Amino acid sequence: MAMKPQRKKRLLTIIGSVLGVGTIVGLVLYASEQQMNLFYTPSEMASGKAPTDRILRIGGLVKDGSVIRSETTLLTTFIVTDLAKDITVTYDKIMPDLFREGQGVVAMGKLNKEGVFIASNVLAKHDEEYKAPEVLDALERAGHPVEKESN
Amino acid sequence: MHAEFGHYLLYLALFLSIALSVFPMLGTFTKQDVFVATAKPLTLLFFSALLASFTCLAYAFIIDDFTIKYVAQHSNSLLPDRFKISAVWGAHEGSLLLWVLILSGWMFAVAFLGTNLPKLNYARVLSVLGMIACGFVSFLLITSNPFERTLPFFPIDGTDLNPLLQDFGLIIHPPMLYMGYVGFAVSFAFAISALIEGEWNATWARWTRPWTIAAWSCLTLGVMLGSWWAYYELGWGGWWMWDPSENASLLPWLSGTALMHSLAVTDKRDSFKGWTLALSLTTFSLSILGTFLIRSGTLTSVHSFANDPERGRFLLIFLAIVVGAALLLFSFRASKVKTKADFSETSKDMFLLMNNILFISLTFIVFFGTLYPMFAEAFGRKLSVGAPYFDMLFPYPVAVLAILVGIGPLLNWKHHDFSKLKMILLKVGAVSLVISLLAVWFTGTFYGWVFVGLFLALWISLLSLYNVSKITRHGKNWLDKVKKIKAAFLGMTIAHLGVAVMIVGVVMTSYYSVEKDLRMTVGDVQEIGGYRFEMLSSQVSSKENYQSTTVTFKVFKDNEMILIMKPEKRYYLAGKQLMTEAAIDYTLFRDLYLALGESLDNAGETWSVRIYVKPFIRWIWLGAIFMGFGGIISITDKRYKNLKSTSNKSVGM
Repeated sequence: MAMKPQRKKRLLTIIGSVLGVGTIVGLVLYASEQQMNLFYTPSEMASGKAPTDRILRIGGLVKDGSVIRSETTLLTTFIVTDLAKDITVTYDKIMPDLFREGQGVVAMGKLNKEGVFIASNVLAKHDEEYKAPEVLDALERAGHPVEKESN
Repeated sequence: MHAEFGHYLLYLALFLSIALSVFPMLGTFTKQDVFVATAKPLTLLFFSALLASFTCLAYAFIIDDFTIKYVAQHSNSLLPDRFKISAVWGAHEGSLLLWVLILSGWMFAVAFLGTNLPKLNYARVLSVLGMIACGFVSFLLITSNPFERTLPFFPIDGTDLNPLLQDFGLIIHPPMLYMGYVGFAVSFAFAISALIEGEWNATWARWTRPWTIAAWSCLTLGVMLGSWWAYYELGWGGWWMWDPSENASLLPWLSGTALMHSLAVTDKRDSFKGWTLALSLTTFSLSILGTFLIRSGTLTSVHSFANDPERGRFLLIFLAIVVGAALLLFSFRASKVKTKADFSETSKDMFLLMNNILFISLTFIVFFGTLYPMFAEAFGRKLSVGAPYFDMLFPYPVAVLAILVGIGPLLNWKHHDFSKLKMILLKVGAVSLVISLLAVWFTGTFYGWVFVGLFLALWISLLSLYNVSKITRHGKNWLDKVKKIKAAFLGMTIAHLGVAVMIVGVVMTSYYSVEKDLRMTVGDVQEIGGYRFEMLSSQVSSKENYQSTTVTFKVFKDNEMILIMKPEKRYYLAGKQLMTEAAIDYTLFRDLYLALGESLDNAGETWSVRIYVKPFIRWIWLGAIFMGFGGIISITDKRYKNLKSTSNKSVGM
């Protein structure tokens, strides 16, 4: 049956928009699946739950006395803990101003086969009172209820 | 006294906004002139009340009234006066007051400039704005009263303003950004008013257009100021991080850009009507969403100074009411909107339609990437979506848009015969191709996106210039030619050239920047990006309200010393905060960026240092300035003045 040109045009418009919307939604879902950074606590990483081939986030406290700085480069090694398990983290860029032992920290990077977290970014907020939600969450999940504070 | 007075004025403003939402609207239904006529005086009073209230708070800051909790928390007697003023909007309560003040300022402008609107329309628009204002003033009073006292035990001195905010950029960034955010309330109110009335025509679009462009221009400049401020003040030297708080301002910008272009079609061709209405509603909803994202504490960023779940809840409910009411109204009324789509594939209409599809796609990409982590968290999965996601998706629609932006303005409405244009496009394409290939060739390393970016920038610029020459071709002499250029056309051309300038900035900065984090000791020399940096010495000194450590660097180019740079680290005494003051040397073609990390020895002679050489980064902000001012220029066009007629005819250009 021959379609009227008007009808044909409308049909094409509908098919076109469905395809267009489908493509965009598909691409968005694909990209977010590829590029999202899942968050893991030190306990989860220590138990081998975390993948080693993609960028992850880790959060917890910087263990007291664990920060070791290189004498010649910016390489810093420290331990992130949720007070149950520890993960060693290395970072070779400038530390944020609020990076301190005993303080909360969130790092982004990859976990290597030896269980060392190679950070590409370390976050600490510009406020001494502040603890990132991720840090609080990690401590809580490891069985250390933290008083939620707001500034 | 001033605190109580300011607080009282806020209550007065609340009542005025309630009256404004009720009486004029009622009048438009019952056709009672007495009620309709209340719109203007109520708006003026509302604006005056807020202005006076804002002045009270500013006064409290200037005289260091630390009996007011907000002042005590965000100011300090040592703070320089100009920062005491900007400290008024340095945190949640005060910035919300500024937000409401700016909203009332827009309403004031509508009340004055809109007097040639049809009387009922005028009343209805102001009344809808009154409803929005009512929501925000209640929000202010219920959750964020800036005038709360700390009596009887008030502090002797204030805690100080966050040092990050003690900066010129902060004085102007928030007001500009709010002007943009809130300005979309005006096009929202116009749309709601049109939906209530059930009548749409080209006149309605022409009313809305200058307001939308004005809001868009402010938002453009506001976002640009934010990017610039973050670049020099946060000390990491980036211009856009795809941080959720940045995205929150990008969302209404993207959909606002779509709206601005779709309004052009509705204005000139009396079509795309339902679509334009939907975009007006969406854009303002995204503005409120942005406010919610930043103010609810759901995001972790420099902006989340107020983490109070009650505020988030209030804003979420307000957002739900606004979006719900708008959608409901739209679904009942929009079926009445009849649009005939009588244009061919090669027409300005078609190109603007594609512009809209692409901008909405970009909005969706950013929306999803920004909100997905929040939804995922609701289902117990903690994750973040960072720059790689946006970097992967964003460039493609932008590249297509850049192709379109070159051609679109050259086309006729309804139908354009491409046979003549084809030659021009081929020529411009070929010239752009050759030049961009040569440019990439000379830089040595081939990057696909740099080539594409330069090509697109040339494409847009050359076609824009061609368009100017086409429009002025009948001018007899130079002056006559200039007279042929209308403000709207000039503004559009400048804004589009801004896109070209920004694209150059983005690709050059992204691919040719050299960034190094280093450990350096006094006497060390580093060779970076063709420059030699020599660390000379460090000095410690005491300033007004902070302690400062500066490290002096000599910078050499081709063995010649070109300048001395002094990055600084500040320790603010009152708030015990560390601040990084980067040293930046800029020219139009490159920035040298030096920032200190931390002292790595006790003597203060060894530091972690961030050294960046960033080519063309200024072009990014320059492009945005072009866009913003292009918008402002186009509003001055004669066609937006004397809009007495209610003609429904399309006006060809």
